[in-house]
Amino acid sequence: MTLLRQAAGSVAPSIDWAWIGRHTDDMVARVIKHLIFTGIAVGLGFAISLALSLLIVRYRWTYGPITGVAGLLYTIPSLALFGLLIPITGLTVTTAEIALVSYTLLILIRNTVAGLDGVPAEVRDAALGMGFSPIQLLLKVDLPLALPVIVAGLRVATVTTIGLVTVTALIGMDNLGSFITDGLQRLFVTPLLVGAVLSIALAVAADLTLLGVERLIAPWTRATREAR
Amino acid sequence: MSDAIDFLAGHRGEVLQRGLEHVRISGISLVLALAVALPVALWLAHTGRGGVLAINASNIGRALPSLAIIALVFSLPGFGLSQNTAIIALVLLGIPPILTNAYVGVRGVDRDVVEAARGMGMRGTQILRGVELPLAAPVIMAGVRTGAVQIVATATLGALVGAGGLGVFIIDAIALQDTGRLIAGAVLVALLAIVTDVGFGALERAVTPAGLAVTQHRERTRRRGAGRGRGDQVLAGQARRSGAA
Repeated sequence: MTLLRQAAGSVAPSIDWAWIGRHTDDMVARVIKHLIFTGIAVGLGFAISLALSLLIVRYRWTYGPITGVAGLLYTIPSLALFGLLIPITGLTVTTAEIALVSYTLLILIRNTVAGLDGVPAEVRDAALGMGFSPIQLLLKVDLPLALPVIVAGLRVATVTTIGLVTVTALIGMDNLGSFITDGLQRLFVTPLLVGAVLSIALAVAADLTLLGVERLIAPWTRATREAR
Repeated sequence: MSDAIDFLAGHRGEVLQRGLEHVRISGISLVLALAVALPVALWLAHTGRGGVLAINASNIGRALPSLAIIALVFSLPGFGLSQNTAIIALVLLGIPPILTNAYVGVRGVDRDVVEAARGMGMRGTQILRGVELPLAAPVIMAGVRTGAVQIVATATLGALVGAGGLGVFIIDAIALQDTGRLIAGAVLVALLAIVTDVGFGALERAVTPAGLAVTQHRERTRRRGAGRGRGDQVLAGQARRSGAA
């Protein structure tokens, strides 16, 4: 604890509070950009994952190959994936988003399939017996019942993506990571800390918000909350 | 692609040096992360204390952006541009998955088996070493695998704080707009991460006790028939890796 206080004490004087005061607009703008980047990646990732998950539920043999490819993409470090994409799509938002989307796939597909698998067969049979069409069955039975597990996946994907968006600053994207790269380039601690603290705070805030959503739509999970 | 091959052919010495740097930094970090996470997790699991903390460690770890952690360590006095900055950051990022899986693994050991061991007169440490650890080994190793891949991936960013490693090629290439260097660096980093994942995956299978592999297989097939429940998904989530960096 004393070590921590010493560390804090010796860092605090080197923080340029005036710089922070002058850059509050930047901070707000970059938080928003960071969220937009994250939103696009998770949104696109979810659309793709939902389609692939429905395919998997219909044709079970595709589970292995699809999660295999998604797992491979997931294992490739972000900077390397950017590096592989840059010769094709350049230092662009497209490069950043392709990589970010590809990282959401494994998490989202696994949870969406688990959610859909968890829908009790009796409920589906009852719906079919009531004359539901396949589309109605999907929209009114399967998806609502799978929603808690799907949202748990979205939560993990969102938090992971927020962290990865930070890295896209290295390929010239403007977001909270830009404070960190600025700071590292100029060996100037203030923006560095601002970027680090804000991106961690954003990830934690997103995690807690989505946890709230998760509990709101599935209050019964509170007792046995282990979904991740 | 031919640019990348030309680059590799022309920079063999440097490639080898950066590769070894990468492996060395990652290895040191993994060993340190294990040295911190395993004893804590085993003690918590064995005594049944601090469960909430241990289970949520991997969630907290995932919420920590790797670049932000490197930046935070960088700003601490005495760190700055050095290998130590990268190593401390990597240790911090490696601990959560190892801690959570080791805890979950040991806690997940059938209580009846532990009771039986106690009934046979085994003592606390004997039970831990002879019963709990072997049975929990696959889940523990899955956490080590996650942590190792996470560390190797994030070590790429170590190049930013002067720690060297294969990330240097990528960072330099972006600045120099050198496609050959970029692709070569990216492919090497990707390969190293994949090799790490596959290698630790093999280790994970190797430490699975023969009897356990049979039961797991049976349970899996049985569950597949019945539809996967929540608990299954939890373990699947925990057992598999977390977080690309």
